Amino acid sequence: MAKLRQCAIYGKGGIGKSTTTQNLVSALAELGNNVMIVGCDPKADSTRLILHAKAQTTIMSLAAEAGSVEDLELEDVLKAGYRGIKCVESGGPEPGVGCAGRGVITAINFLEEEGAYDDELDFVFYDVLGDVVCGGFAMPIRENKAQEIYIVCSGEMMAMYAANNIAKGIVKYANSGSVRLAGLICNSRETAREDELISALAAKIGTTMIHFVPRDNVVQRAEIRRMTVIEYEPTAKQADEYRQLATKIRDNKNFVIPTPITMDELEELMMEFGIIDQEDESIIGVSAAAEATA
Amino acid sequence: MAALTREETEALIQEVLEIYPEQAKKDRAKHLAVNDQSLEKSNKCITSNRKSQPGVMTIRGCAYAGSKGVVWGPIKDMIHISHGPVGCGQYSRAGRRNYYVGTTGVNTFGTMNFTSDFTEKDIVFGGDKKLAKIMNEIEELFPLNKGISIQSECPIGLIGDDIEAVAKKANKEIGKPVVPVRCEGFRGVSQSLGHHIANDAIRDWVLENRDGDDSFPTTPYDVAVIGDYNIGGDAWASRTLLEEMGLRVVAQWSGDGTIAEIEKTPKVKLNLIHCYRSMNYIARHMEEKYKIPWIEYNFFGPTKIAESLRRIASHFDETIQAGAERVIAKYQAEYDAVIAKYKPRLQGKRVMLYIGGLRPRHVIGAYEDLGMEVVGTGYEFGHNDDYDRTIKEIGNATLIYDDVTGYEFEEFVKRVQPDLIGSGIKEKYIFQKMGIPFRQMHSWDYSGPYHGYDGFAIFARDMDMTLNNPCWKQVKAPWKTEPANSEAVKAVA
Repeated sequence: MAKLRQCAIYGKGGIGKSTTTQNLVSALAELGNNVMIVGCDPKADSTRLILHAKAQTTIMSLAAEAGSVEDLELEDVLKAGYRGIKCVESGGPEPGVGCAGRGVITAINFLEEEGAYDDELDFVFYDVLGDVVCGGFAMPIRENKAQEIYIVCSGEMMAMYAANNIAKGIVKYANSGSVRLAGLICNSRETAREDELISALAAKIGTTMIHFVPRDNVVQRAEIRRMTVIEYEPTAKQADEYRQLATKIRDNKNFVIPTPITMDELEELMMEFGIIDQEDESIIGVSAAAEATA
Repeated sequence: MAALTREETEALIQEVLEIYPEQAKKDRAKHLAVNDQSLEKSNKCITSNRKSQPGVMTIRGCAYAGSKGVVWGPIKDMIHISHGPVGCGQYSRAGRRNYYVGTTGVNTFGTMNFTSDFTEKDIVFGGDKKLAKIMNEIEELFPLNKGISIQSECPIGLIGDDIEAVAKKANKEIGKPVVPVRCEGFRGVSQSLGHHIANDAIRDWVLENRDGDDSFPTTPYDVAVIGDYNIGGDAWASRTLLEEMGLRVVAQWSGDGTIAEIEKTPKVKLNLIHCYRSMNYIARHMEEKYKIPWIEYNFFGPTKIAESLRRIASHFDETIQAGAERVIAKYQAEYDAVIAKYKPRLQGKRVMLYIGGLRPRHVIGAYEDLGMEVVGTGYEFGHNDDYDRTIKEIGNATLIYDDVTGYEFEEFVKRVQPDLIGSGIKEKYIFQKMGIPFRQMHSWDYSGPYHGYDGFAIFARDMDMTLNNPCWKQVKAPWKTEPANSEAVKAVA
């Protein structure tokens, strides 16, 4: 059996990390792989399409009920879904209370101690909340965990900022461990020359755009049914896109320590592609009213 | 060994600093000084209240220690919740020997440990609900409590629990003071910030409780004792003297104190401050808001006691002034006898101190009353206003060390060769193993009280029995004794 590969999916909030992850994991399962998804987001919406559930009961909520995480058994938290994909959600507090980052750490430690990473597994995917705001959300990329990072992004300015920032975070952990950037996944928003732009960005930070996932309404139709496209409409063109992504990830050997670029370089790149205009110093800090009277 | 000259002391500091790397040397140099009585302000010679250098074995505590351990903990009829994981509360439980009168577990709670015992799930989901539940349980199990304080441990500040909201709600429900204290241990450079935070919490959550309420009958002679934690009964030995001179002690802050006393303090005529470091903040606040003057006093040793009694009396009429004289006269025979008994045994002995809030300067007079000399002193967590108050209390060329490191203290002791060291539990055994008599000057080595005339007798006895204990003659290994003695030993054998 091949060595277990652990992958973490990062990217700007709302970019489609969970949807992409679940579709891609379904495609990997279709290819005969044993896969586990670890949702690392207090919202706990990383496994709903696999389990056809609203939200999976999380490790932390079960632990809170039972008293402590030591009181839990693996089967309490690990649910099998579509094609036997194993699903687990770390869970965490409501917004505004407690420490969600600690929840992720506790949950992952629990999975390790309880032997969730068994020999049968081919892949583990960590679906991590949008921004790495504290140490807890970097947990999946620390020592002995995810070694491949995929960043989901699009041709929108903020998504690219986020991707570059995440690359900076990876550098920190790459230098002290074996975590590597494995590619950008472009989840298309249909901006102009999006594939070229993301390919150019990927080249600049030392990686590749591993796949360009086009926009297709079938994804939403499937989501309403709490299903992945792979399951809902296996013959859809979009399902093939996810299969391609899955195959590319399976065969991926291009793992790098990223070379994040400076803000100026990033803006230059965006200007080149017309995402933002040439900076006009004279308009900085001038309100609309002031402009009108000028 | 004769006292060191200014030049010798300066050379000693330089020599001790020599071993440090450049940056540490530069930093530590600012914390070591030679006393110069001609200075009015200590900032000319010493820096204090700064972050300790990593690796130096500072003996400082944290903000939680300053609030829970020092200021709030001794308020006996309140329940102080150590809010966070279990260790902070458990390992600080009953450690400071703040004596009190009451039935523990019924109407007083001083030596008990109440903790919210945080676990992972409380960190992840927040501890506010648990805290609210604990307070309900406290009301049910300990109905005679007079209020609750919430002493924050580190995680509370990290996860952003809204303990203020929980406190306000609980206060409405149970109708007793519920005080949230943001004394997370990581705040500040030592326990000193914890004192300040604790004072501010009293100011914001307690002190106004009886504003506009005149039902408490006052007298012109009402005072509050502030900054006496009744260690080994210190506050009791102090209160006696104040009452005998005709004053009425309305409140003790906070040794053997109650929340009701704290609430009544804004009604007093004068605040008497013993530990300036830990409670000057609230005294200044009461001066500003309630126009209550405050003075510092010192009840260690007859000289300082008499000075202090007279200074306190000078704020009152002739009755009290006469009362002060009467008290001094009444105890004179007693303390003269103590001096007559112990001074001949202690005369000329040299002492090095390294303690906390007020004692590095306040106990000097008591040693001097016994004919002893303080040849080195320093504060764990003092500020420069403490050193300002120390300059005049010690001789010129005396060694001063702020937040002294383990290494420095040992080296100073090796060179200065004091006859006695007064410091804490962490220092005790090191120096005893070096063969130097040692007294714990935080806990009085489980003795006390040392305040007041009663305390002075105990202080003198303790210093004598430590210093003149025959064991010190036995600490030298037989094979390291003088050759002449070895011959004698052989002869006997």
